Amino acid sequence: MADFDVPVLKEYPVIPVIQPGSMAHLSPFKSKPDHNTGIGFPGELVDDWHDKAIAKIGDMVKNSRALQVFLDICVKCGACTDKCHYYLGTSDPKNMPVARQDLLRKVYRRHYTFAGKFFGALGIPGFVGAADLTKEVLDDWYTYFHQCSQCRRCSVFCPYGIDTAEISMAAREIMDTIGIGSKYNNEIIVKAHKIGNNLGLPEPALVNTMEGLEEDVKDETGIDVKFPVDVKGADVLLITPSADFFAEPHIDGLIGYAKVFHQAGISWTLSSYASEAANFSMFIGSGDNLKKQAMRIRDAAIDLGVKRIVAGECGHAWRVAYNFWNTLIGPFDFLDPNYPIPQHICELTHDLIARGALKIDKEANDHRIITFHDSCNVSRASRMGNIPGGQFSIPRDIIKSVANNFHDMAPETIHENTFCCGGGGGLLTDDLVELRVKGAMPRMEALKHVIDDHGVNYLTAICAICKSQFSKVLPYYDFPMDMIGSLHQLVSTAIQLGEKD
Amino acid sequence: MATIDVAGNAVEVDEEGYLADRGDWNEEIATEMAKIDDCELSDNHWEVIKFLREYYEEYQIAPAVRVLTKAIGKKLGPDKGNSKYLYELFPYGPAKQACKYAGLPKPTGCV
Repeated sequence: MADFDVPVLKEYPVIPVIQPGSMAHLSPFKSKPDHNTGIGFPGELVDDWHDKAIAKIGDMVKNSRALQVFLDICVKCGACTDKCHYYLGTSDPKNMPVARQDLLRKVYRRHYTFAGKFFGALGIPGFVGAADLTKEVLDDWYTYFHQCSQCRRCSVFCPYGIDTAEISMAAREIMDTIGIGSKYNNEIIVKAHKIGNNLGLPEPALVNTMEGLEEDVKDETGIDVKFPVDVKGADVLLITPSADFFAEPHIDGLIGYAKVFHQAGISWTLSSYASEAANFSMFIGSGDNLKKQAMRIRDAAIDLGVKRIVAGECGHAWRVAYNFWNTLIGPFDFLDPNYPIPQHICELTHDLIARGALKIDKEANDHRIITFHDSCNVSRASRMGNIPGGQFSIPRDIIKSVANNFHDMAPETIHENTFCCGGGGGLLTDDLVELRVKGAMPRMEALKHVIDDHGVNYLTAICAICKSQFSKVLPYYDFPMDMIGSLHQLVSTAIQLGEKD
Repeated sequence: MATIDVAGNAVEVDEEGYLADRGDWNEEIATEMAKIDDCELSDNHWEVIKFLREYYEEYQIAPAVRVLTKAIGKKLGPDKGNSKYLYELFPYGPAKQACKYAGLPKPTGCV
């Protein structure tokens, strides 16, 4: 099946012996010139790339105190070394978070610290952990900053809280600035700017697909559940990843959201203009593109006259929504202040269940033995509800309200300790399958335990990337590809439509 | 630009083997692309490819997996209208592999 060695799942986690350079061969396809220019960057590597990159580092540390502190403060304690799923799965020491950070840090040190400038001038920058930016270093940047899913697990264990994701985003922005971008991310951002979603799904196709879903749900339940598009005056604008319209198992989650809205009597709509929750500009660290993508959502909300914005199951989108929307596209003084702004679909469903507003048949999920995968960006970069840890308890509370069989994976692999699915941060592309399979190893190991111990047959996720990634990698570990599903697919199975009591 | 050889003609494809110019497409190219993946196209493969091309013609995008399974179920019988069957036909994933043979661009995003 694979032309590389799929990691063997062990009885207990083992920190691998380093294999220097074992992943040096793998980097994603570079973007075409028009994908780079389409998002405001040079089409190809500029002639003065060295000076421009150094200058960009200077700009970035001037504008981000956090980045400067992260580059200055590492004491090489080693706490992060065995925390990265890509290191654990590949044994390549450059996938240790500290080594990944050092790829950028050493160039920063060379040009922006006294020690680096002094010893650099003497020709021995390495004496103080500094290095010149050579073509080899640049190649390393491209390779290893695209072997980081920006999941931030390492930062949980760093005594200083150094956030490798920030460094990886910064490095990608520096590379874009000199004309090197990854095809997967940049092509998608161009599409999102042009058409409004990552797929490039135009309005007629969206409408056609939603009409098809209305037919399907009607056939299945006999109930007219609507999937409205561009309905002015609806109460709720649903912003969900476009994978929810297109892919399996995502679409069953979308059906779940629609059933919840239907049964709660909430009028809602999708927007064909802002038909994407994902915002890949975060993955490439581009503030300008981040804002431009998000602005479509504000414009659509105002245009449609909605009172609330609800975000569907998408990990990094929830980070962008929860943490950045207010700064990027706020203020939201036109929305109803009685509801969270923005609100996660899980918060909405959770509240409705808690109020007894949905009729649930838990037994309908009895054929499923369920576990829950915490998505990185939800777990470590956001919150749900109004209690600390709500992002962990709310999805689990929903599952336990709609199903009888739930088992968590090992504590060191869930909540804020969760392992990335292996495909986040703009790496969900076929050219990186080897990395994705190997990086999924820690999660697969934890999954195997609950399969062996409890017979788990349903892996729940609330992130479009996680769902696609697991569909792809599960078979490499001899697990069924269709054991991954949406949280709202569980809700969809259990919810009783029709007249309320 | 990479090329594949189809009956003596060099046809341009991208780094992942998708047709560079959709206008170049013909059945020989689809057959050749499948052969590269060790896949022999049966009538049922062709039904999928035909549907993808018709849908793309109308909507400028490949159909959602569910739209595709429904259409194939209607054409080939309800036992084949599911993604499991489509994965049997196109083991690299029906959306991506079938789009490639149909000469359509690769679906992008979180899919």
